[in-house]
Amino acid sequence: MAAAPPAPDAFEGLRDLYQDVILDHGRRPRHAGKPETFDASAKGDNPMCGDRVQVFVRFAPDGTIGETRFDARGCAISVASADLMAETVAGRTPADARALFAAFREMARTGTCPACDAALAEPLERLAPLSGVHEYPSRVKCATLPWHALVAALDGAKEATSE
Amino acid sequence: MVGAGDRMNVATRPALLDVARIREDFPILTQKIRGKDLVFLDSAASAQKPRAVIDAMRLAMETQYANVHRGLHWMSERTTEAYEAARDAVALLLNAADRHEIVFVRNSTEAINLVAHSYGRGVMRRGDAVLISGMEHHSNIVPWQLLRDSHGIELRVCPVTDAGELDMERFEALLADGRVRLVAITHMSNVLGTYTPAERIVQLAHARGAKVLFDGSQAVVHRRVDVQALGCDFYAFTGHKLYGPTGIGALWARRELLDEMPPFLGGGEMISSVTYEQSTWAAVPHKFEAGTPAIIEGIGLKAAVDYVLAVGYEAIAAHEQSLTDHALARLSAIEGVRILGRAQDRGGVVSFALDRAHAHDVATLLDRQGIAVRAGHHCAEPLMRRFGLESTARASFAIYTTHEEIDALAEGLEKVREFFA
Repeated sequence: MAAAPPAPDAFEGLRDLYQDVILDHGRRPRHAGKPETFDASAKGDNPMCGDRVQVFVRFAPDGTIGETRFDARGCAISVASADLMAETVAGRTPADARALFAAFREMARTGTCPACDAALAEPLERLAPLSGVHEYPSRVKCATLPWHALVAALDGAKEATSE
Repeated sequence: MVGAGDRMNVATRPALLDVARIREDFPILTQKIRGKDLVFLDSAASAQKPRAVIDAMRLAMETQYANVHRGLHWMSERTTEAYEAARDAVALLLNAADRHEIVFVRNSTEAINLVAHSYGRGVMRRGDAVLISGMEHHSNIVPWQLLRDSHGIELRVCPVTDAGELDMERFEALLADGRVRLVAITHMSNVLGTYTPAERIVQLAHARGAKVLFDGSQAVVHRRVDVQALGCDFYAFTGHKLYGPTGIGALWARRELLDEMPPFLGGGEMISSVTYEQSTWAAVPHKFEAGTPAIIEGIGLKAAVDYVLAVGYEAIAAHEQSLTDHALARLSAIEGVRILGRAQDRGGVVSFALDRAHAHDVATLLDRQGIAVRAGHHCAEPLMRRFGLESTARASFAIYTTHEEIDALAEGLEKVREFFA
């Protein structure tokens, strides 16, 4: 069996999942680390693959999400997703964050984004690099796990799973 | 015991596997993955099937099938013969003294649950202990936890060394008070590849009045298993890892134990007579085989056992040792690769972690190159935790695995490493 040609060809097509953006946020997240103070937090756990994430939310006085941070042990997809999530929900209302989750989950599962022309178009575009995960069904849960934890935190629950 | 394996002339049996020839027997190996050759290194999860197995099952369904036992017509009699011939094949495979010691189950998990139920609840007493190890598959942990929680049986765990071997000093110490009634241990670890010192385990356990169960799910694929030589009391394995179909496995157990144990599942086939007041049980092993069995799967399993015995365990073991040595050499030469477990006696299952890359990312990127490995905790969470890992990737070898495939894995892993560097 002949050896495969050296990268970049080796991962052609996979670039749509492991794009530079994903690798960058996956390996150098900007929002990682437990903050000194926070208002809500929840853990997300994917027992099937061992991904774990804890999300911390601090609210601004007007009730919008002030800052989101996370502690994650998991694959590059779950870390990148958590980091992009933290970016995109900053300054938004909890209701907006939930709507973003619903749209993102759809995008992660199907690769299409019906809500992308609407009010949340701009943050969804930031999340679009992760839509490549829809070609890898077993990895979809890696991408949605941080969002499940975020929503659990907003609900006042302590734990979530993306099962 | 005479059988297919014995009939082959020793002089013509190949010392080494003709892997190219063997691969021709496995139709699925010609499949392309995203346009690339399939490099299937996940046989430990489930193995591919030779044409002999596929054909045996298809032939049964096309020409000779009916429900087994108690049938008076031709199809039923022939099918019963074929199914019971599978029992003989498994008895030969394991070198059981008596075909009545082979109980067909769905898989190893069911076999272990059968022992936990019928021996654990039926024979053991509150205050007795079960001793397992720190390298067990969940199927050899959870049934004993259930037994502990429902029946007050104590669960003890023998630790694993950094090298991935059983800590035999601790093993002896855990047996010392004589309260362990059953030792339940893997014969070969599905994560570390470690072969446990089976004969020694049996010696030590029996000296303290404990029975021994081996989970042979992996071992039976890579090495000859002789339950009489081992001296154990229970042995479980599953058909789908041994090139047979899913849905069938076997529990071997000593006749006197099976006679003593109450039934597992109740229903048809396992009874002798039924009234509302009381039912009596069929003789062993049918006492433990309730309901219509996995008939077609049993026929498939016989074909798989025949296939393996015709190839011969000597050749299989030699081939595997060669592949494993090659894999260990190539993988340990890759910067940032950490191989889990370095037991003296190990088989063709290699789990590894790559620095700066999560096992799932490794597996997805290898998949992209047509290489199939498994990533996760491999149904051995406590073992992963013991080594400080959430998950690892795992490559496993079979009779159809080639050295070139090992090279492809190594080269693929290099590319993954570069990608994440």
